[in-house]
Amino acid sequence: MNWVELASLIPLLLVASISVILLLLIAFARSHKLTCWVTCIGFALAAFWAFSQMGDTPQQVTPLLIIDDFSRLLGAVVLLVSLACAWMAYAYLETADEICEEYYILLSLAALGACVLVSSNHFASMFIGLELMSVSLFAMVGYMAHSKQQVSMTLEAGVKYMVLSGVSSSFLLFGVALIYAYAGTLTIDLKVISGGPHLQSGYLVVGAALMLVGVAFKMSWVPFHMWTPDVYQGAPAPVTGFLAAAVKVAVFAFVMRWLMMAQGEYLNGLLLGLTLMAVLSMIMGNLLALRQSNLKRLLGYSSIAHMGYLIVTLAATAPDGAAALSTALEGAAIYLITYACMTMLAFAVISQLAAKDRRFESGTLMDYEGLLFQQPLLAGSLILAMLALAGMPLTAGFIGKYYLVLVAVDSQLWMLLGLLVLGSSLGLYYYLRVILVLCKPPVSDHHWVLGTNEKLLLMLLMLATLWLGIYPTPLIEWVQFAIA
Amino acid sequence: MQLLGIIISLLGGGVLALMTGHRSPVASRWLSLASLLVASMFYTSLWLDSTHSLSTSLWTMHTDWPWIERFGIHLLLATDGLSLVLIGLTLVLGYVALLSAWHEINHRCGLFYLNFLFTLAGVVGVFSALDLFLFFVFWEVMLVPMFLIIAIWGHENRRFAATKFFIYTQASSLLMLAAMVGLVLLNQQQTGLWSFSWFTLTQTDTSGSMGMWLMLGFYVAFLVKLPGLPVHNWLPDAHTQAPTPGSILLAGILLKTGAYGLLRFVWPLFPDAALAFAPIAMGLGVLSVLYAAKLAFAQNDLKRLIAYTSISHMGFVSLGIFAWNHLSLQGTVMQMVGHGLSSAGLFAIAGLLQQRLHTRALDQMGGLWALMPKLATLSMVFALATLGLPGLANFIGEFMILLGVFQIEPWAASLAALAMILAPVYALVIMQKGFFGMAVGDKTKALDLNARELLMLGLLVVSLVLLGFWPNLIFTVTAAPVDSLMHLGKGG
Repeated sequence: MNWVELASLIPLLLVASISVILLLLIAFARSHKLTCWVTCIGFALAAFWAFSQMGDTPQQVTPLLIIDDFSRLLGAVVLLVSLACAWMAYAYLETADEICEEYYILLSLAALGACVLVSSNHFASMFIGLELMSVSLFAMVGYMAHSKQQVSMTLEAGVKYMVLSGVSSSFLLFGVALIYAYAGTLTIDLKVISGGPHLQSGYLVVGAALMLVGVAFKMSWVPFHMWTPDVYQGAPAPVTGFLAAAVKVAVFAFVMRWLMMAQGEYLNGLLLGLTLMAVLSMIMGNLLALRQSNLKRLLGYSSIAHMGYLIVTLAATAPDGAAALSTALEGAAIYLITYACMTMLAFAVISQLAAKDRRFESGTLMDYEGLLFQQPLLAGSLILAMLALAGMPLTAGFIGKYYLVLVAVDSQLWMLLGLLVLGSSLGLYYYLRVILVLCKPPVSDHHWVLGTNEKLLLMLLMLATLWLGIYPTPLIEWVQFAIA
Repeated sequence: MQLLGIIISLLGGGVLALMTGHRSPVASRWLSLASLLVASMFYTSLWLDSTHSLSTSLWTMHTDWPWIERFGIHLLLATDGLSLVLIGLTLVLGYVALLSAWHEINHRCGLFYLNFLFTLAGVVGVFSALDLFLFFVFWEVMLVPMFLIIAIWGHENRRFAATKFFIYTQASSLLMLAAMVGLVLLNQQQTGLWSFSWFTLTQTDTSGSMGMWLMLGFYVAFLVKLPGLPVHNWLPDAHTQAPTPGSILLAGILLKTGAYGLLRFVWPLFPDAALAFAPIAMGLGVLSVLYAAKLAFAQNDLKRLIAYTSISHMGFVSLGIFAWNHLSLQGTVMQMVGHGLSSAGLFAIAGLLQQRLHTRALDQMGGLWALMPKLATLSMVFALATLGLPGLANFIGEFMILLGVFQIEPWAASLAALAMILAPVYALVIMQKGFFGMAVGDKTKALDLNARELLMLGLLVVSLVLLGFWPNLIFTVTAAPVDSLMHLGKGG
């Protein structure tokens, strides 16, 4: 490894060093504020570094990691999401009756795992990244398990996530093993090794299917979504934010890279499986979200639906021309980024509210009644997030939806397009329900004051959601750069 | 620049109203009025400029700034005579709705006026955006403030009605988005260039079955907004549950955006498909006219009754557009304006009655003429306008549409003409049940119109009579644009 390769790893090294620094820091001086600051600054530096390197030549660092513009851009997105998760956790943990500094260590490890996943083009590094992320998340999901404020759901969520995540990892590993048995290599770029046309072995197809199952767990694609609502509801709000945004971005980035490399029968089999899951996710996610009364649970189902939409872009990567492929990948990346942005906005609101009163995350939507008139900034942000998730123009959500429609029409995926329209129409109902609840006359007293930091975070996320919706040109240019 | 002035003064007025609304509702009202006045000044200047150059140029270009260059999307705002007339209608009804909100809306005033003015700005944008992407943005964005107006300030069943309104419109507009993208891709395949500009896309060859599917995507979205059978179902709920200013905006302006879409987009973009589809569309139009008129007659809730009359009248618009000749199109424009004014008047009356009597049920009214002679007289004028009395704007519109349609499809015109019998029935039912006969219960406290209310209704009556006797005020402005649209819509 030479200096250039090492330099390209700096974002990863920075994130890794955060966790070490925090360990030492906590050993000597426990200070919540300082811990949070160090984490935030570390993430911000790493994100900035990754982003500023865009345009440099791609670096294959050891056979395991590739640092190209794709991993730089999505790595920066993952790091920004982690930054927001650390930021919003401060107020949340400050009011918790639980020791809070370790949360940031776990968060930085999970972020490191996500970054590794984004930059991996080898099954070994993919597995390392995925496990680093998941194992840290077991602890994060169950972080409040001993708190007196919320016991029942949290422990359930932690155990559920751990068991199911373990099962899915074993599927994934078995799949990798089968592919290895066929190809004799762990690199995801099979066409380099075995030279194309003979990729029809049973090993390969079964291996790919098993891998898809493992990935589908993390992406909560139906029928592997069962854990999603419970874990979303039980986990502390900042952790749910990480689960909903960073994990999805990282895992999906790997799936995109994998599909870019795959071809032949191997790809067609994968696409069939993906299309099936898209159909199921769009229908089930939206239908099950309709009557949910807990906001985090509702967002859990909504994220299932959104991940279903996301597959539409993958289904369009069918091998018929490079133009369609590049548009599809562009659409996938843009949808991921806009989705991460608006989801973080929603979870930032929830965790700010939960910091004041835990009922906001564990209770029903009734607790949100009249919030628009008592906490206009929080409720306004939540309304914006809901409109964005529903795909209204001038918000980030619309740009994502526009790309989905573009890709679907371009590749003539009429059935998926029809389901997309149907699903989005169903989705409106529950997003509007949240908005309507916020607009009801107030029933309880919510007259607390938000801190400057919290306001700033909300403002920034709102600004990002609107900016991506109103002037998406820079985003489009970066993404085109990244997938070129 | 005048058009940007209109939009910006409306948006700015909304923000100012929100900021002052906390401290003083009165100030937020006057600020809204002021922003409407400023917008009207810009409009007057635009009108004078455009009508002055009417003989030389069809279009007044306002902005053409690049927006999302990846797809050739521009901030393209332009107006022709048609847009001009409809923006004028928007502003006039803006005043009427504002005056009707004056005392009816008395909580969260700042937020109300924000939503109110944003809706107006969105509609002005819809009438002037000539980039399809931009059009779609305005089309969707005007929904949100209207949704909030119904959901926060509406009547007893407001949340249900608001949600229904939103889902109908949004679901259908997703189809439009897909069709729009399909059209742009088609154009891109033919020319190799990305463009969302209406001027470019009207040159696209859309013959063939693909063109038919794309046309249907647009048609459904506009039919929902119009609304026409069989997707009219959101309208009675939304109009009934909205507060009076909301109903005025909905019936007066928002429905016209659907008609405008059919005129501006469906025919010029897909001439062949529209021609092939015209008999079906006209059939649906006739059904709307007759079925909704029958339903209107059966209503007891005054606002619901008026809502059904709207569907019936918009059936005429659908007929007129799909006949696609000069006579029917000019009639359609007149019908849009006339219906905007008369339905706004009727909804304003319904609002005034509800304020005084606390009911919208016709069987709870009766004998109101003696108590409120001014209000009753003006109601009579609007009822007569609705039934198409010569001398008022609606008559001109309906008559020209029937004449135009008769040249194309005599059967459709003959059937639709039955509405000339049905309309008097439902219009006079309002008068008979509400204003004549014996009073039900004690209504002695009901006051007649005050000066503000007289001004509000008077504005509408004067416009109706003026256009009824001098329709050329509009026809001279819209003749050239209608001809050019017709030319595009004839295809080749």
